[in-house]
Amino acid sequence: MTVREVAAEAYREALPVLAVSGVGGLFAGVVLGGMEAELQAVPGLLMLVPALLATRGNVYGSLGARLASALHQGLIEPRLNLDDERLRGAIAAALANGVLVSLFAAVLAFVVLAVLGRQVAPLGTLVGIAGIAGLISGLLLTAAVVGVVFLGYRRGYNPDTLAGPVVTTTGDVVGVATLLLATRIVLGLGGL
Amino acid sequence: METRWSPRAIMRTMLPILLVLTCIELASGFVLDTFEGTLLQYPSLLVLVPVTIGMAGNLGSILAARLSTVVHLGLLSFEPDDEYLLGNAVATLGLALTLFPLVGAGAWLAQTLVGGTALGIGTVVLVAFGSGAVLAVLAVFVTLVTTYAAYRFGLDPDDVVIPVVTNVCDVLGVVVLFAVVRLVV
Repeated sequence: MTVREVAAEAYREALPVLAVSGVGGLFAGVVLGGMEAELQAVPGLLMLVPALLATRGNVYGSLGARLASALHQGLIEPRLNLDDERLRGAIAAALANGVLVSLFAAVLAFVVLAVLGRQVAPLGTLVGIAGIAGLISGLLLTAAVVGVVFLGYRRGYNPDTLAGPVVTTTGDVVGVATLLLATRIVLGLGGL
Repeated sequence: METRWSPRAIMRTMLPILLVLTCIELASGFVLDTFEGTLLQYPSLLVLVPVTIGMAGNLGSILAARLSTVVHLGLLSFEPDDEYLLGNAVATLGLALTLFPLVGAGAWLAQTLVGGTALGIGTVVLVAFGSGAVLAVLAVFVTLVTTYAAYRFGLDPDDVVIPVVTNVCDVLGVVVLFAVVRLVV
């Protein structure tokens, strides 16, 4: 293959996936752009945004890849059966990882900002927001990943190629939207 | 049930990696916190944040996945004239130069529709285009260095390169956006 052929093939294959995830990223950006009031009310919240979005992608991307491999190997059936120990284990681990890592990010962000003497919201506020956002986004993304991977597989699509784009596209939108929701809940409760 | 499907086993494998990656991501969050004032003043720049991070990470991870496959097939030579290296690097640049201006225009349009913008479309497109061009070059560089390091140390590039590249590109996305905003706005 010539350089030109390699480049043309790589460009053609990647463009649709990147374009779709770009649209998802823009939606997430519009929600973030509308969060000025919350970002001002909770100093330090913006510092959490990249970590929380990446956690959604890393945790639920891995859940999708795990389910896709298991379908290929015939280890699980493509239907939502919570009596299946493997399916239940994978989902429980993803949810626990997602929430724990979100809490860790909130604590570390608070410590860094406090040590450097920057303005930062109380620890309870940041931890409460990260925990609530982590749990709600986890439930929504689990439903999206399991649904798309199982339905796609039943319709004859390769779940390996479905899981990645679904997570990158929905992960950002769900990640920012649940962050907004969690912030409103915590501020509504009086900031913990 | 075999142990590798138990929640405990999955968490024991993944949690350490996730915690390290979170520390890297918090570094980019720290940069955002540093220029929070500018971002809140110009919400169309805030709209660019998730999409710039995501696009940079995706460009890096796609390049990394493609190069890993070529490494596995034993086709990559790591010579400067290797057609797979050059071809994939050129494609990454081309993708960035196609998509980032569109992303900038999309961010401006979306923000104009929902709340009105303080910046002109030219400025937002220029910020996105400039960030995209710099990020594509950095993504290629980081991916090549990481893939080469994995290859030299005998590590499976699939395990190492993709998470490292995706998360490093996330951080670079914010840093580059910050630098370009400083220059342009």
